[in-house]
Amino acid sequence: MSKISRRKMITTGVATAAGISALGVAAHLATKYGLVPPDHGGLYGPGETLTYASLRLLTQHSMAREFSRSQISARPLQNEVAPFSEEFKRFQAGKFIDWRLTVDGMVERPSTFSVDQLKSYPSHSQITEVVCEEGWSYIAEWNGIPLSYILNLVGAHPQAKYVFYFSIEPDWWESMDMADALHPQTFLTYGMNGDELPVGNGGPLRMRLPRQLGYKSVKFLNRLILTDDVKRFGKGLGSISPEQGYAWYAGI
Amino acid sequence: MSTLPSAQVPIEPDAENSSPPSQVVTMDRHSVLVRVTHWVITLSFFALVLSGGEIIVSHPRFYWGETGNVLTKPLFKIPIPASRNLVPTGYGYVLPDQNGWSRGLHFQSAWVLVGMGLLYVVGGILSGHLRRNLLPGKRDLSWRSLVGVITHHLRIQETQGGLESYNALQRLTYLLVVFILFPLVIWTGLAMSPAFDGVFPATVNWLGGRQSARTIHFFVSVALVLFLFVHVAMVWREGFVSRVRAMITGRAATGKERA
Repeated sequence: MSKISRRKMITTGVATAAGISALGVAAHLATKYGLVPPDHGGLYGPGETLTYASLRLLTQHSMAREFSRSQISARPLQNEVAPFSEEFKRFQAGKFIDWRLTVDGMVERPSTFSVDQLKSYPSHSQITEVVCEEGWSYIAEWNGIPLSYILNLVGAHPQAKYVFYFSIEPDWWESMDMADALHPQTFLTYGMNGDELPVGNGGPLRMRLPRQLGYKSVKFLNRLILTDDVKRFGKGLGSISPEQGYAWYAGI
Repeated sequence: MSTLPSAQVPIEPDAENSSPPSQVVTMDRHSVLVRVTHWVITLSFFALVLSGGEIIVSHPRFYWGETGNVLTKPLFKIPIPASRNLVPTGYGYVLPDQNGWSRGLHFQSAWVLVGMGLLYVVGGILSGHLRRNLLPGKRDLSWRSLVGVITHHLRIQETQGGLESYNALQRLTYLLVVFILFPLVIWTGLAMSPAFDGVFPATVNWLGGRQSARTIHFFVSVALVLFLFVHVAMVWREGFVSRVRAMITGRAATGKERA
């Protein structure tokens, strides 16, 4: 009897030790290969980490679904935003001619771009779906330039791990990893369905990441910062979303 | 993995070995695998239903096809107030936004449920639990036999030999839940992920689009909740305390006690 329970004890002990070291190895590898999201702490950290790590591995090079022209929603939804700041209204009154996108941080040539300047670069388009975390969705054609084009232009440092991006409106900023930043469908968007991007849909400039939920597609974009250190921004959780209870990674 | 000693107990009342063992008062009912996965899945299922319901509150409208929003015609609406101004509900107020923690809880519980579900299915195959306890015998699948079990249930009679094994109706229901409803709810959940459906577009296109996936996800969840109600009602009828104790300790009194 005592022999069996001792054997059982040893087996259990070995299994537990193996389990703990396996977890340790997994954590080490996950950190090494950038599979741990900035908001991995907290009650739902394990779930966020599993989701981000598995979808990051699975979707490194995959494309978001694109749709045919006939599937474009007749009326692209303009969901509510907080009342505009005085600053935004001034830009709006000037037809956004003075709107600037500043790009700095870990780059060779910190730069600012007007919307017209961005429009002078080779234009791309994608017909993708905006998917809100609430459940609704619509399809539109988005016109703009891949973010990677601008990152090349400013000479992004290879050490940069994240692109932080900011709305001109307060408390509205996000970040993405380099897999998303260099992804061909990640757009700086200035047009919609062949027209100017309406203010109601994020004009004059909106980030588009069709492989993540709508809240990562920040509207009224005016600043990008490349960094390898998420701790510099807010509470260090990668974006304002985790500070408001939402996940940093929104691929699901 | 401990095997289920209930296999030694006759499944069919007319099997050659049908006299109940006279000297045994209790018997092994559920293996450790079944008990642990049962309760962990129960907990994560409650968390999923709670958080899923909460997420619906932010947009209690359902659609069919690829797209859907407040500018398009819904398939149906749930007549509750919403947690977003965007949704016209007819109520004069907007509930507080609870989507953040709801989504965190939903996906974390989904990971637990998927892990436990895999453990249950793989362990159930290896230990023979699925073959012995859930696959119905050929004889039990005849209409006469099934109708007999259903009539029995409708008359609210105590089933015979219920503690020793599952009848054909139970077996078919559990198989439906394990191999149809849960896979379907996981599939339709993943189909709503814009990252996942880029890698496997068929997972959402086969369903008719993202909004169809969301609507099916809702209905399968409702079916699972209905199963839960029936399951608990049946457990109640057969003796709630003894059945729950069996699922916790693994031991149960034999039929002899009740005879």
